[in-house]
Amino acid sequence: MNKKRIINITLSIALTAVVSLGTFTSCGKAAASNVSGKDGKITLTNVSYDPTRELYANYNKAFAKHWKEEKGTDIEITQSHGGSGKQALEVANGLEADVVTLALEYDVNAVRDAGLIEDGWVSEFDNDSAPYTSTIVFLVRKGNPKNIHDWDDLVKDDIGIITPNPKTSGGARWNYLAAWAYADKQNGGDEQKDKEFIKKLYQNVLVLDSGARGATTTFVENGQGDVLLAWENEAYLSIQDHPDEYEIITPSVSILAQPSVAIVDKVVDERGTREAATEYLQYLYSDEGQLQATISTDLQTKRFSKNIKTLLI
Amino acid sequence: MKKTAKRVIPGFGLSLGITLTMLSIIVIIPLISLVIYTLKLSPKEIIDTITNARVMSSFKVSILTAFIASIVNLIMGVVLAWVLVRYDFPLKVILNGIIELPFALPTAVAGIALTSLTTDNGLIGKFFAKFGIEIAYTKAGITIALIFVGIPFVVRAVQPVLEKLDGSYEEAAQTMGASRFTAFRRIILPEIFPAAITGFGLAFGRCIGEYGSVVFIAGNMPYKTEITPLIIMSKLQEYNYSQATAIALVLLIFSFIILFVISLVQHRNAKILKGG
Repeated sequence: MNKKRIINITLSIALTAVVSLGTFTSCGKAAASNVSGKDGKITLTNVSYDPTRELYANYNKAFAKHWKEEKGTDIEITQSHGGSGKQALEVANGLEADVVTLALEYDVNAVRDAGLIEDGWVSEFDNDSAPYTSTIVFLVRKGNPKNIHDWDDLVKDDIGIITPNPKTSGGARWNYLAAWAYADKQNGGDEQKDKEFIKKLYQNVLVLDSGARGATTTFVENGQGDVLLAWENEAYLSIQDHPDEYEIITPSVSILAQPSVAIVDKVVDERGTREAATEYLQYLYSDEGQLQATISTDLQTKRFSKNIKTLLI
Repeated sequence: MKKTAKRVIPGFGLSLGITLTMLSIIVIIPLISLVIYTLKLSPKEIIDTITNARVMSSFKVSILTAFIASIVNLIMGVVLAWVLVRYDFPLKVILNGIIELPFALPTAVAGIALTSLTTDNGLIGKFFAKFGIEIAYTKAGITIALIFVGIPFVVRAVQPVLEKLDGSYEEAAQTMGASRFTAFRRIILPEIFPAAITGFGLAFGRCIGEYGSVVFIAGNMPYKTEITPLIIMSKLQEYNYSQATAIALVLLIFSFIILFVISLVQHRNAKILKGG
């Protein structure tokens, strides 16, 4: 190997490295400056899941006001929404989130398993770190043409169900569990029969969207199916937008869905935002926070819905 | 002993070095990491993952729809390129630009738009629903989304070749008594064939991995309209990296085989054209 060759090889590696590193770092920096505070202004990133868009859009405003009154500084919250599992995965893979507000404990645990959240996060806030709860209801077309009142109506032959895919959507897993809970009650704990019921139910599904919001779009905008299995807040949102077209049916048994919130310990310690992040989640439990959760779903804060025999899991 | 004579164009060593380094960083290293993740499973686990009935049926759906969509694109792409090159008409520039929209549009937007058009109360779907044909949430819907995504590949591959094609060959053929069809078949087709096949290969490769636009229109029903990329996504949601990469690897190998076969065909074709 002659000298010129060595120079060539080194030069080419160096050049590529410089060019690519240059690009990477400049992109990286641009992203970082979004989250790191300047002039005493604090920024938080809240990684959440699909149906909370409206909730946090309102809540963030209320919280920013509250923070300004308390501390006298500005706070800016960046939101990220998507399928709960996917969001957890992104945080676990390095998306810098100060707080996660996801659909399932399981998803927060995935972030914990990546070493970002400390053990015992469930007891860090009240109510098992679930500041708001929801339940699974049926959204049907006005007048309930298919006469759907309870879970066993869903397994009848001519019913088309829309529900998101439990493999990819956190909300859909609650749907699955609620159906299971009903079946289990009916069958007196016979797991084989429960499975058959679930199988029959999912055979009636027309479209398995990848996320909760996608399923709502399929049912509401694209007019597919007879019944949408949805979070109560998601169902109320549809009623709000199309008051004369839909009805909500509350089944005899449903589930108390407890979406979890947690501080991403490793990120807040690195960024020095623990105080703000804690206050951000704590404020969700305040009257104002609960009100926001309520306004955005057009619901009274029902921790336990009156006409639903709520099933705790 | 000096092996190679000095090359005519300078900078070979340097540019090859850059090429190799760049390819390693961007392509080869990520691909190797795919293999490494997959190898965390035992051979039996890999085979079980891949031969799972639901995964197998998703391969069928993905490959079938990608293949049909690419065939449609192959034919329609050649027609589109032909029109754009051979004729002059008003608004040609705009039409030419529209071809590239599928590249520019976020695929999810395309998926949502196509879905709302083709459901049984959408603009287009309504018409077909009268005949009992459903588009959205069936394999037909998936195919349409893939046609949308893949069309620019064929058009843009064929266009430059057609542009360079000298019209005098066709004229010569016709003066020698060839019908227009024969002239097309014997003169033009052999020229654009390699380019069209390349476009086909690129479109196919893209379609087989397409996720964004398809999930909205597919309905995602297991065994019916569930595509492989969705299975990969759901494996990821289950935090099951190794299985996800194992399935992804199968898709990758399949795409690679297709592209490889195409380049073989082209190689042979080039030889024939050169008279070898």
